[in-house]
Amino acid sequence: MTIVELQQETDARRASAALTVRNLWVGFARDGRTRDVVKGVSFALEPGRCVAIVGESGSGKSVTARTLAGLTGQGAHVHADEIALGDRDLAALGEREWRGIRGRRIGFIQQDALVSLDPLRPVGREIEEALRLHGWRSRSARRRKAIDLLDAVGVPEPARRATQRPHELSGGLRQRALIASAIALDPEVVIADEPTTALDVTVQAQVLAQLEATKARGTSILLISHDLSVVAQIADEILVMSGGEIVEQGPAREVLGSPQHPYTQRLIDAVPGSRTRGERLAPQDRATPNLHLPRPESVGRDDVVLEVRDVSKRFAGALAVDGVSFTLRRGETLGIVGESGSGKSTTARIALALETADEGDVRLLGTAWSGAAERDRRALRPRIGVVYQDPLSSFDPRWSVGRILADAIPAHAGLARAEREQRVIDLLAQVALPAETRVRLPLRLSGGQRQRVAIARALATSPDVIVLDEAVSALDVSVQAQILDLLADLQDEYGLSYLFISHDLGVIHHVSDRVLVMTGGRIVEEGDADRIFRTPEHPYTRELIGALPTPV
Amino acid sequence: MTVIDAARAVTSRSRLDPALVASTIAAVLFLAAAAVPGVLAPYPPTALALDSALEAPSLAHPFGTDQIGRDLLSRVVFGTRESLLIGFGAAGIALVAAIVLGSLAALGGRIVSAVVGRLIEVVFAFPILLLALLLVSILGPSAWTQVVAVGVSTAPGYARMVRGQILSAKNAGYVEAARALGHGPWRILRNHVLPNAIRPLVAVFAMALGQSIVWASGLSFLGLGVAPPSSEWGALLDAGRAFILQAPWLTFIPGLIIVVFALAATTIGTRIQRSLEKGE
Repeated sequence: MTIVELQQETDARRASAALTVRNLWVGFARDGRTRDVVKGVSFALEPGRCVAIVGESGSGKSVTARTLAGLTGQGAHVHADEIALGDRDLAALGEREWRGIRGRRIGFIQQDALVSLDPLRPVGREIEEALRLHGWRSRSARRRKAIDLLDAVGVPEPARRATQRPHELSGGLRQRALIASAIALDPEVVIADEPTTALDVTVQAQVLAQLEATKARGTSILLISHDLSVVAQIADEILVMSGGEIVEQGPAREVLGSPQHPYTQRLIDAVPGSRTRGERLAPQDRATPNLHLPRPESVGRDDVVLEVRDVSKRFAGALAVDGVSFTLRRGETLGIVGESGSGKSTTARIALALETADEGDVRLLGTAWSGAAERDRRALRPRIGVVYQDPLSSFDPRWSVGRILADAIPAHAGLARAEREQRVIDLLAQVALPAETRVRLPLRLSGGQRQRVAIARALATSPDVIVLDEAVSALDVSVQAQILDLLADLQDEYGLSYLFISHDLGVIHHVSDRVLVMTGGRIVEEGDADRIFRTPEHPYTRELIGALPTPV
Repeated sequence: MTVIDAARAVTSRSRLDPALVASTIAAVLFLAAAAVPGVLAPYPPTALALDSALEAPSLAHPFGTDQIGRDLLSRVVFGTRESLLIGFGAAGIALVAAIVLGSLAALGGRIVSAVVGRLIEVVFAFPILLLALLLVSILGPSAWTQVVAVGVSTAPGYARMVRGQILSAKNAGYVEAARALGHGPWRILRNHVLPNAIRPLVAVFAMALGQSIVWASGLSFLGLGVAPPSSEWGALLDAGRAFILQAPWLTFIPGLIIVVFALAATTIGTRIQRSLEKGE
């Protein structure tokens, strides 16, 4: 091969790249200064391949994606040595020119289909509109194409679904409709920004399969995700972003199999799952000193703290919870796993006696709980705490962290003002937050800090049981790791019993001693966590575990 | 969307908001006029000067003079205190009534909330001015009836707002969190529901103030409020009406003052509301 031929081949490969980005910088002006959120990102996306950008919140991954779809917005400073779509230079395009590119040559899939689809327009019409804007004249041809597209992305009964509005579709169907409109004009590149976040695991598997099929048809995919297991499924190449920079870049197998950069290693180690059971996820040592907070009087390790028997609950005639029974022992973590609508959260609320069951009986610490009058329950409520998925809405917006915690300390503790203040500081230390946090408003805290405050509030009453309802689901994986470690420490320290509700199988496997699998309001399988994940018996459990993207 | 919004928020934050600055200056001037009118007014409000009656605005008389030569600027300045007292009184009555009725409608038992809720809605169905006229004609025109009439007529709208605020605070996550901690209903009401429902009313009060002055001036203009020689703004408006062809400034300027006051109060109110929503 001559030098000229070699040169030609390199040129050909360069020209063949669907999307080339060289040294991309994006900054936002603030108080007269420009703060860079993307710092020198470079990559090439070849036809029919998938490049994934992985990172946590604030890493700059979404801004990168939006910039490449021409959606950076006002006030942004974009600079790049090169942004090219095939041989078309995108770096200097105006909004009008972008409109010709977006949809036709670059498809964009956003995270939340409910906000990116027009609520008043049937989803079929949404797709037809994309076709019409790009020159499809015939109405009947547009309609046929829209139905074909919905069919192609795995929407059942596409002709009927095309006439429905977004709110009439489930999350998974909506997301698929969005994919259909993104690929309607057969673009060379599809940019998918967190396309499966907020979807149930079985639905996520279907959506990922559709993206894979799109890739197989020759479309290049730029996938943005915080979830390494999603990325592992379909990415050929992975860029790991942190603080606006690419810290590691390479073939998917290498980046996930033998990560070189410490950040990537931490990220991969932080993913909970079968291999992490009983181990710490975050690199930090135990951060919580033993502060000798009042311990609940223990009656021995094996006693039952919470007993739920044959509980059922109907909403508007539909059975949300159907004959659920379980027991929670002292010091144990019982995981309830299920998809949205499985009844797991209603079960949690019944266990907390915030919802009354239609049938069945709940006993807390051996005393009547569900059947008792609220007035009598109030004395027992401090013994069972709760941490929600969204801690912010569970805090009074006017109150500082200190006031929130002081308010949670039971009056019967009989503490003077100074002792109360000290207890608040102890509680904060217990969840590894500095004492200064008490003067701050929850709104001004990060997601992880808020969740720590929520845990501190639950601890304030010295409870026996804490119900954790999707308590780590909204957190970045490294923060999630710290919170899970913290929960494990606190359990050791105080012999707490956890009722841990989550849709995330990895998290459930990591934390649980025993697991309940719920679907359609019923418990379909129950048992030791390892047994359930290694040898699932019920078909639904098998489907759930089978839908799990290959572990990293 | 988020990126674009963020960029917009950044650009708007770094600049001083001109509407808010103007409104604040206006509010300070109005309060000063109410507190120390003698300092701001160039002449005593009742100084007659029959040789200079109905003069157009000039350097000596920036707002012109009326039919008996009184300086309009001085009359507006001296009328500010009465106008503001009527406005504050009416807005105060409206909000106190609204908090009481709204709380009963939101928190009362089945019968109480149904009765109070219907009452609010029935009264709300009447146009505000019609209701105010009705009350004045029953009670007889005076500054006090003006305050009561405007306050009572505007109360139902705010009462509906209070009811809505309380109902949404009752369903907030922090109320459930307090229940889960074992706190009793009175404690939750006192600590969480009422403060969170009433806090937005700070902003509403500023807007109610502007509205009250507009309605009260309307009553005065119809001769159903404060009577001359008072220089309350609505009364000035009414007095100027007879000379609207010869001396339009006698009507126009008091009207403009009312508009400026209402605008300033509403602007400040909406900004307070916005910053409360942002949690600042």
